[in-house]
Amino acid sequence: MLSRRIIPCLDVRDGKVVKGVRFRDHVVMGEIVELALRYRDEGADELVFYDITASPEGRSVDRAWVERVARVIDIPFCVAGGIRSVDEARAVLHAGADKISVNSPALERPALIDELAAAFGVQCVVVGVDSLRDADGEWRVRQYTGDPSRTQALPRRTLDWIVEAQQRGAGEIVLNCMGSDGVRQGYDLEQLSAVRALCQVPLIASGGAGTPAHFLDAFAQADVDGALAASVFHSGAIAIPELKHWLAAQGVVVRQEQGHD
Amino acid sequence: MSVVLVDAGGTNIGSVRYALQRLGADAALTADAAAIRAADKVILPGVGAAGPGMARLRQLGLVDVLRSLTQPVLGVCLGMQLLCSHSEEGDTACLDVIPARVQRFQEHPGLRVPHMGWNHLRARRTHPLLAGLGEQDWAYFVHSYAVPAGEYALATSDYDGEFAAVIARDNFHGMQFHPERSAQVGARLLKNFLDL
Repeated sequence: MLSRRIIPCLDVRDGKVVKGVRFRDHVVMGEIVELALRYRDEGADELVFYDITASPEGRSVDRAWVERVARVIDIPFCVAGGIRSVDEARAVLHAGADKISVNSPALERPALIDELAAAFGVQCVVVGVDSLRDADGEWRVRQYTGDPSRTQALPRRTLDWIVEAQQRGAGEIVLNCMGSDGVRQGYDLEQLSAVRALCQVPLIASGGAGTPAHFLDAFAQADVDGALAASVFHSGAIAIPELKHWLAAQGVVVRQEQGHD
Repeated sequence: MSVVLVDAGGTNIGSVRYALQRLGADAALTADAAAIRAADKVILPGVGAAGPGMARLRQLGLVDVLRSLTQPVLGVCLGMQLLCSHSEEGDTACLDVIPARVQRFQEHPGLRVPHMGWNHLRARRTHPLLAGLGEQDWAYFVHSYAVPAGEYALATSDYDGEFAAVIARDNFHGMQFHPERSAQVGARLLKNFLDL
């Protein structure tokens, strides 16, 4: 049976892992390879690396650390950050990433999703969506969220974008609910459930994990395939082995195995 | 022992190569027919679509080379599918060294395609490639097409029914999942292949 995935997210800035609160005020959490190995050893099912300043600065992800991670890591990992073309995506995949995730560049030019899916297959094309509820009650997407001074609200409705992204060839959707990000009050179950109803590809919840029960809620109530979190893992507030053990006891199918020697 | 990775444009070549390095095997990346014929072990990686994958092998003049190999060959993910007779993906005729047909998972409410994530491997036959495989071992899958469980399936996995996770016929072997990304279980199975 397919397991539900626990996915630590590592925001990368200037070659270090950082974490902000509501996408602002970043502090350095540690070295990329060191944290990647730690999470691998703890039983993470997958890792996501976001080069959070690549897109606002108009550059692609730095491939040197992608290759360093690929050499030592034996679980899948996804890389995001300013990938704007098939050639840039190919370079990141060749450096050893298993999947690439596109967010702002796909909003700039949605045909990028079609091109990536045609070149590499939908299975390695992830579309990241940063979404926030507006005053009128609609969820809409945000662009360039890695840099608060450049973050833009777009007229595009989140639910419309989820449908379009799949039609164009997204093989997985990561939904970052910005309103709940970094504040540890739980995933946005209402928004995740609304997106789940329209999402036929794997859906990953992002933003808001604070307790093990929040992960259970995302799996049991919003039926997401994976749950992504950063600060609770980086800070040690939640340890992945204990989280998985507890989720299994609640009836969630999770991968559990012995750690590395 | 010499191991070659067939460079057919697959994007996971780097990851497979690093996984082999972690096992102490330095695999050369090549599309050269003579180098492939001379190797002790041949690995055909590949992420992408069947049609372009076969087109690339034809362009490189490797179709007959690969079909005629007698040393152990391992296809990974798309590489495994290319060893089969035919893929529904783009209605593509493949290498036909394992008589099996590759079919698409049919989406329906509750079944998400691609099949992406960790799933259990279940051994169906005894084979040195599966040495040491436990009953509750997990492997990492990312695919939308699969070979239904049949006579060449050494191990299966379950996603809307059983499909072949590991297949073999004579010297040709395939793994639908990514051993290079399946933690210790994957490393064990790759080591088993190197030890064949």
